[in-house]
Amino acid sequence: MAALVFLRRHLAFLAFSVVILSAPLFTGNIYYLSILAFMATRLMIALGLNLLMGQAGQISLGHAAFVGIGAYGSAIMTTRWNMDPWLAMLFSAVFAAAVAGLIGVPTLKLKGHYLAMATLGFGEIVHILLVQFKWLTNGTDGIGGIPSLAIGGIDFGDPQMFHWLVWGVVLLMLRISLNLVDSRVGRSLRALHRAEVAAMSLGVNTSFRKVQVLMVSAVFASIAGSFFVHYVQYVSPVSFTLTFSVILVTTVVIGGLGNVWGAVWGSVLMVLLPEYLKRYNQDYTLLVFGVMLIVIMIFLPGGLVSFKTLVAKTRERLGGARTASAAGPGPARGS
Amino acid sequence: MTFDQFLQYVFSGVTTGSIYALTALGFTLIYNATNVINFAQGEFVMLGGLTAVSLHEAGAPLALAFVGAVAIVATVGVVFQLLAIRPLHSAGILAQIIVTVGASLALRTGAMLIWGREALPLPPFTGDEPIKVSEATILPQTLWVLGLTLVIVVTLQLFYRRTLTGKAVRACSVNQGAARLMGISYSKVVLLSFGMSAAISAAGGVMITPVSFMVYSSGALIGLKGFAAAIFGGLGNPAGAVFGGLALGILETLAIGALPMSGASGYKDAVAFLILLIVLFVKPQGLFGGRSVEKA
Repeated sequence: MAALVFLRRHLAFLAFSVVILSAPLFTGNIYYLSILAFMATRLMIALGLNLLMGQAGQISLGHAAFVGIGAYGSAIMTTRWNMDPWLAMLFSAVFAAAVAGLIGVPTLKLKGHYLAMATLGFGEIVHILLVQFKWLTNGTDGIGGIPSLAIGGIDFGDPQMFHWLVWGVVLLMLRISLNLVDSRVGRSLRALHRAEVAAMSLGVNTSFRKVQVLMVSAVFASIAGSFFVHYVQYVSPVSFTLTFSVILVTTVVIGGLGNVWGAVWGSVLMVLLPEYLKRYNQDYTLLVFGVMLIVIMIFLPGGLVSFKTLVAKTRERLGGARTASAAGPGPARGS
Repeated sequence: MTFDQFLQYVFSGVTTGSIYALTALGFTLIYNATNVINFAQGEFVMLGGLTAVSLHEAGAPLALAFVGAVAIVATVGVVFQLLAIRPLHSAGILAQIIVTVGASLALRTGAMLIWGREALPLPPFTGDEPIKVSEATILPQTLWVLGLTLVIVVTLQLFYRRTLTGKAVRACSVNQGAARLMGISYSKVVLLSFGMSAAISAAGGVMITPVSFMVYSSGALIGLKGFAAAIFGGLGNPAGAVFGGLALGILETLAIGALPMSGASGYKDAVAFLILLIVLFVKPQGLFGGRSVEKA
């Protein structure tokens, strides 16, 4: 019985884990695996950003910079200082968290969207520094020859091995996010998002909570950056621009703000769609993203995961299945 | 740095600074009416410049191209408000901000598809013979930029202070609820603010195109700097926005001139964002205090 309850509660997570981890058994195709690896790193970032935007109601327009800290941190520490890649990943993540705290503490004390502005300025400065600090970052040429990850005798330079590693980490982050949403922290976050004053009066230290979430999301982004550079073994500043930050926001919004599974669907769509559009005309990709961002916000504010709710509502409005309204599928909860 | 060099930097700083000022003013108008930070503001500047280029190429005289471009972009601003911002009126500020981010991406990419990736020029409004001031030189276009910016700022002030409509707009930004009780149509005020904001920024775009050309991607950076300028002067304070823009333009060019190292110009764009961060951390209400900054 207990096992059954466990299975029901975690069905979505277990099914997703089985599907994604068995993928390399069905295909050894390097191209497909590379898309999945790219999707994994995107999902890591989206999970963090989703916590920040969906749970804390704050937007970061400089998240590419946190990814950049992880990517360049790993690249510089491993190629220049011969540091162990895992240690480099850890140091980069700690650094990203510290920077996030530094930005978050003064801005999140203020009411309104000052974090959006501060992260935007921060993101631009990081991009400029990555280009200008040639002695450290090699400027626009970027850094190559980044070693692949390894533990003991296992070399994660092999695409299949890397797949299991990176998706293993993603599943861990997914689990953390799901637990966080359902925990005391998650509840207080949602409370402050919906009614900040009420949350405060109930003893939630709202600005401290927001800073915490920002730091968690920065760590997720930094780790994603580290995995990414160890996979492609090269990094350059072009990846860490405002446009990328906006694409990250789009990923979260399209999937579904505030729903952990929304980050999953958003990442799947936002990685596959450009691959598809590439066959026709790459120039249209950003136009499509921009329009999607507007259309989703207006017509489907809960993102793709709320599609069922929209269908039900529309049917209700059309006067059809009136009985469905009683059961009313609420917003999908992640568990 | 000699005095003449200093003067030269100031001239060039004031030129770009005027454009930041007009962009910052655009931010302010929308922010005061709706509390929304319009991340597509820079795209209005870019659209203004490029539309004027097309109109001029189609045979319109410069003055007509100027007015035409401003009118077209103002229409874009109004349509944008009607289609994308208004439906989200009750969805909250975050949703509206996200939509402006989407619009900036869409407008920028759309402009690339229409005008291509090349930077396009516009002839100066009157001649390009530099005028000598001491040992420094000043382009006639700089005088145009300064003069027209002044005209716009003064006209805007008169509109706000002397006309009934202007007073209605101000009333809405002070207390929306009370203004509505007095019979002011808030939705019309918002629409007007978007139109005016787009028009002012577009005018800036047309003026700067003869100096620095215009390309589909120019809007992003101009927008961000206009935004930094608005924060610098105090978000929501029109006079602060203008001052912030001019000060930012001058600081930017002076910083490059004063920094001894070679390749310092690569850091030019960082100045604005550094100022933005410092102001946010130290004095979030800006130099002249914008609308109230509340502690959470």
